[in-house]
Amino acid sequence: MAHAATHDQHHHDGHDEHHEHLNFFQRWVMSTNHKDIGTLYLVFSLLMFFIGGSFAMVIRAELFKPGLQLVQPYFFNEMTTMHALVMIFGAVMPAFVGLGNWMIPLMVGAPDMALPRMNNLSFWILPFAFALLLSTLFLPGGGPAGGWTMYPPLSLQSASTAYVVFAIHLMGISSIMGAINIIATILNMRAPGMDLLKMPVFVWSWLITAFLLIAVMPVLAGAVTMLLTDKYFNTHFFDAAGGGDPVLFQHVFWFFGHPEVYIMILPAFGIISEIIPTFARKPIFGYKAMVFAIASIAFLSFIVWAHHMFAVGLPLGAEIFFMYATMLIAVPTGVKVFNWVATMWGGSMTFETPMLFAVAFVILFTIGGFSGLMLALVPADFQYHDTYFVVAHFHYVLVTGAIFAIIAATYYWIPKWTGHMYSEFWGKLHFWNSVVWVNVLFFPQHFLGLAGMPRRIPDYNVAFANFNMISSIGGFLFGASQLIFLGVLIHCVWFSKKKATDRVWEGAKGLEWTVPSPAPHHTFSIAPVVHDEELAHGHVED
Amino acid sequence: MTAGGIGKHGIRVGKHFKHAIGALGLASSLIGSAVLANPQPGQLNLTPGVTTYSEVPYELNNYSLIVCVVIGILVFGAMFIAMFRFRKSRGAVPEKWSHNTTLEIVWTAIPVVILVCLAWLATDGLKKFSDTTGSQMTVKVTGYQWKWRYDYVDYLGKPISHVDFMSRLDDRSNATRQLDSGLDPYAVKVGDENTYLLDVDHPLVVPINTKIRFVITADDVIHSWFVPALGWKMDAIPGVVNAAWTNIKVPGVYRGQCAELCGQDHGFMPIVVKAVSQQDFAKWLADQQKPATPAPAPASTAAVPAQATAQLAPKQNSQG
Repeated sequence: MAHAATHDQHHHDGHDEHHEHLNFFQRWVMSTNHKDIGTLYLVFSLLMFFIGGSFAMVIRAELFKPGLQLVQPYFFNEMTTMHALVMIFGAVMPAFVGLGNWMIPLMVGAPDMALPRMNNLSFWILPFAFALLLSTLFLPGGGPAGGWTMYPPLSLQSASTAYVVFAIHLMGISSIMGAINIIATILNMRAPGMDLLKMPVFVWSWLITAFLLIAVMPVLAGAVTMLLTDKYFNTHFFDAAGGGDPVLFQHVFWFFGHPEVYIMILPAFGIISEIIPTFARKPIFGYKAMVFAIASIAFLSFIVWAHHMFAVGLPLGAEIFFMYATMLIAVPTGVKVFNWVATMWGGSMTFETPMLFAVAFVILFTIGGFSGLMLALVPADFQYHDTYFVVAHFHYVLVTGAIFAIIAATYYWIPKWTGHMYSEFWGKLHFWNSVVWVNVLFFPQHFLGLAGMPRRIPDYNVAFANFNMISSIGGFLFGASQLIFLGVLIHCVWFSKKKATDRVWEGAKGLEWTVPSPAPHHTFSIAPVVHDEELAHGHVED
Repeated sequence: MTAGGIGKHGIRVGKHFKHAIGALGLASSLIGSAVLANPQPGQLNLTPGVTTYSEVPYELNNYSLIVCVVIGILVFGAMFIAMFRFRKSRGAVPEKWSHNTTLEIVWTAIPVVILVCLAWLATDGLKKFSDTTGSQMTVKVTGYQWKWRYDYVDYLGKPISHVDFMSRLDDRSNATRQLDSGLDPYAVKVGDENTYLLDVDHPLVVPINTKIRFVITADDVIHSWFVPALGWKMDAIPGVVNAAWTNIKVPGVYRGQCAELCGQDHGFMPIVVKAVSQQDFAKWLADQQKPATPAPAPASTAAVPAQATAQLAPKQNSQG
């Protein structure tokens, strides 16, 4: 059995933990182990989550009531810009890479990632990238304040353009290397019998996401490099006075940017597709449809970019094309939601913390999808665009979507990582606080947007005061709720006395549950024998 | 206006609640709309607007919202039924099936049909919006950090020269909005209406019942000209001239703001459109054209930003 294989094949008999001979620096900084690097990614992502979150607290505090009370408008703009950059590139993306690093080799029966040294490099670039980015807040001229979309000419007025561009280059290199590693691992290192269409949906979602990353990160790198040369080398890519076009940047940026938003949600789809069948104790409904839905969403993501730009004055034909293409995404996304519900139907459900977050994901992500559909309708978008309606929309898909999925995944797999159970009571407390306050935080923002409040403003008319105050209260309490999460994690890693079983969850299926808890430093040194009934999708006819 | 039943007023709260009860149908919407066109405390939905076009986004918003709510009730309803019926604690035994072709075809096909209907409505509205032909008046709008410039180009087929002015945040809002000013945003009022950050020194004055074409551009960075009551926004981009149009049905003062992040004072460059009768507009226009030098709009008490205008005008020409 796979279980045995993980233990036998090590030189140090009965002392599998080879890493114990290493000092702290050797273990963590020089690591080539997918589990340690996965942990590094996840810890880094948690740190960035709290840094980005603290920026959000500044934003919500300033918006608590009309009038400027706390910060100057320029600093407010730095906060909105940095909040987005840190959350997108520092929190959400590294969290998914960390989860992929930890779980993909375990799920496909591989001993490690295909390219372990590159794995180390792709992580260790990130702290330098974010040191560059965050240092701008302490430099003369301040940090970037032109929005995370960096639209020129505004972004070129910033003193920190070069820092931001180089930071993004580093993040892009890291992402591309991570993506190559994941593709190489999935395509080359699956255990015999782990056919592509027997892989867990999470692995499928990462395989597709990795291709998106390789396709679009170079596009972003190109766009920001043109910003750099426009600012420092007198080129005029985006300068109308020199024959360039500011709108060109938006086309190039969103050609990256829209696949990017799916990079942040497809792995979340994968996670939810693992968790719901486990706690429903029933195989996922329509496995193949789930995989094809992810693939078609990924394909469509390349032909919808201009729906972020309906108000730039596109020709009628372009607006119609991008509207139709965008609306089409609702079909595969709908299939996914229906399939999750059908998985629950006829199951035997329990509601541990990972399942609670997964259920909340399905409902709240769908609400974000609904507002996305409304935004796709061009004449309506002329009203919604660049208002708080958009802010509400993308926070529903990114916070209650991507971040809830990451939290769900953490609760789901942390017993496997640490060998201890987290505190179910505190996990549930974290869940209920998060789910209540996140809605208090973001739901009123729909109303603010519909009433016409623009995004990215530090102060507003008193007509917007009541919902802003409600939103800010929700924001503070949602932020505070995440401290519960931190507490649960610390308790689980260092203090929990409750040992996790190997299978952890009654309904859990898949190779990752056949190894001991905590997962030994080296697993599957000899490829496991794959038994179809062990897999979540072992017998697939659909 | 067929969407009256959807809740044009029904879901507004606050001081217009009385309107909402008494108001049924078209007539009431006309009475209330001049006021309701601007943001209201507790406002829950889009404004129906005041132009011949503005009901397009409003109705599209309502229809798509209804579609979403209905689908949401069905899907979340099924989910909650599943969560209560199929609990392990109730002794539910998991079933083995994981596939149902008929069901999958149905829930792929039905959304397609719904989407086609919405797309058809949206395309219709979009075509209406994109037709800027047949306008009776042209106004050029230019965005600057952090103010707007309006040039009246032509009216009823006749070119207008030298009617142009800068429009920037009013002094009271500007004083109040400074960090720790100690001034109360609630005290910034014109009549009963709070105009904090939504008032300007020189509003754009336009006639009602006139198809007005806007040509929109910017001088420094990208801005976006957004008045909710008109039903659209359009980006103002340096080097690009965008076109849009409106035809306002109801006299009134309609307020909006710059909608594209444009630097530190992005939140402080509002837009005010004052729609007056055609007679009043003709009179106003004649007043503007009388003096040899460009004069401020009527509401002005402060000095015209003539210096800025003079400096920027040639630059503007070169932007062409």
